[in-house]
Amino acid sequence: MADTDTGIQPKRTGLTRTQKRRLSRGAQYAVLAAAVIAFALTADWGRLQNQFAQPGIAKQLFPDLITVALKNTVLYTLSGFVVGLALGMVIALMRLSSVGPYRWLAGIYIEIFRGLPALLIFIFVGVGVPLAFPTVQYPGGTYGKVAVALGLVSAAYMAETIRAGIQAVPKGQMEAARSLGFSPARAMVSIILPQAFRIILPPLTNELVLLFKDSSLVLFLGVTLEQRELSKFGNDLASQTANSTPILVAGLCYLLITIPLSLVVRRMETKALREIR
Amino acid sequence: MTTPEIRVQGLHKSFGDNHVLRGIDLEIAQGEVVCVIGPSGSGKSTLLRCVNLLEEPTEGQVFVGGTEVTDPDVDIDAVRRRIGMVFQQFNLFPHLSVTENLTLPQRRVLRRDKAAAERVAAENLARVGLAEKAGAYPSALSGGQQQRVAIARALAMGPEVMLFDEPTSALDPELVGDVLAVMRSLAREGMTMMVVTHEMSFAREVADRVVFMDGGVIVEQGRPEQVIGAPRHERTRHFLSRILDPAMAEVEEGVADQGGTG
Ligand SMILES: Nc1ncnc2c1ncn2[C@@H]1O[C@H](COP(=O)(O)OP(=O)(O)OP(=O)(O)O)[C@@H](O)[C@H]1O
Ligand SMILES: [Mg+2]
Repeated sequence: MADTDTGIQPKRTGLTRTQKRRLSRGAQYAVLAAAVIAFALTADWGRLQNQFAQPGIAKQLFPDLITVALKNTVLYTLSGFVVGLALGMVIALMRLSSVGPYRWLAGIYIEIFRGLPALLIFIFVGVGVPLAFPTVQYPGGTYGKVAVALGLVSAAYMAETIRAGIQAVPKGQMEAARSLGFSPARAMVSIILPQAFRIILPPLTNELVLLFKDSSLVLFLGVTLEQRELSKFGNDLASQTANSTPILVAGLCYLLITIPLSLVVRRMETKALREIR
Repeated sequence: MTTPEIRVQGLHKSFGDNHVLRGIDLEIAQGEVVCVIGPSGSGKSTLLRCVNLLEEPTEGQVFVGGTEVTDPDVDIDAVRRRIGMVFQQFNLFPHLSVTENLTLPQRRVLRRDKAAAERVAAENLARVGLAEKAGAYPSALSGGQQQRVAIARALAMGPEVMLFDEPTSALDPELVGDVLAVMRSLAREGMTMMVVTHEMSFAREVADRVVFMDGGVIVEQGRPEQVIGAPRHERTRHFLSRILDPAMAEVEEGVADQGGTG
């Protein structure tokens, strides 16, 4: 304690600050190099390539990889996002309502659905609801079912994001709108929400990235060949060919979408930071 | 005598235990310009915000143009269209251009068509001397320009009354003049105005009446030369001496602090 805050003896350890920094950086690079060398020496490269990167098998995946699997992943994700956004918006507005029961209901929904694993929600929507209400049909069949499941998964998060965005708009904006004669609802739609969405565009896009990955849970819903998305498709073909290449390729397809999205988010965030300054 | 444009009767307002307004009675005639002055926390903003019901009075009545604003059955949105309000922090809509700031309220609230709204917007931007900024966004404007746009936005709704809450307090000193000039010409055109301000020279020159508030009540009111030039109450004199000579106030506060702790 005592010697950390003196600063009277700058060369206690005998090293200058520059020397210490160099030493620390050198040690980190040495650890990294050792790890890479150890991995390269111990890995069985021939076997890895045989298991994960067989061009022949990769070729077999086309065109279904794109026309069925990737297409379905995108469809499932976007429809789930739309349902989640709409539901999340309703819940966020309920959460901010002056009517107590609305606030409580919204709060309960958020706590429950943020606390449950997405897989459980998928099973509930896919198996539980049809068992409990045999006459209920999801509009759009499997697509509707997936949209509802992903919507339920994401709505709770989106509701909290949207609420935070609305509350980040300065109070004076609502007051200015009201003093011009806007009704509360009209002020919300014309003045507050457009500003809130600008603020929450990055976190909403992050939610979209998460949904892309969660759409893989369709695996557990029992889908036809035509309804398979990337994960199920990769999994099926991996067992058919007794090779892991399809899984690697499916993984690359996810990254093809999620990495650019993440970059867009980062761009938006730095731009927003610059605007604040 | 005609009915007053603004009538405030027995107005009380509490925030929890904080009894901010303690019985305000005030009448403002058509075309009259009233400046409200008083120390920080005396309830000036609260009084102004009770006039267009941004704050709900705890007790008492407020009438604007003969309509009781405080009547629970009144269409408050309709009443507010007749009352323009200008805020200390401008509160322009940052996601809209200057013109859109003026046209959106007209279109959404007054249901004017696009052409009419744009014509009214252009007229009012010219009125505040900012016709050339029509396409700019608020963030590209100086504080003084933003405040003039905010005034134009309120005027575009065709209000009968304008409320100003310290419109120049957030401005750099060299930008205050432009905003006051706009308000002065508005007063000359016969607008009924209620202005909370610390600009004593503006009050002296433009106001028909100055109201001094302290502790949630009106302590004294009258012609500006009387209230500012020859205040009758000790509290008014004390406040004015601090406003007109801020250096003196610091000495006083220092003395008071010493008295309090020692
Ligand atoms: N929304 C609110 N909730 C709780 N208390 C409030 C609220 N608005 C104002 N007050 C309190 O009411 C009192 C008067 O505030 P008000 O803003 O009317 O004073 P003011 O005369 O305008 O002061 P200033 O010159 O600093 O603007 C203050 O004590 C303030 O803390
Ligand atoms: Mg105030």
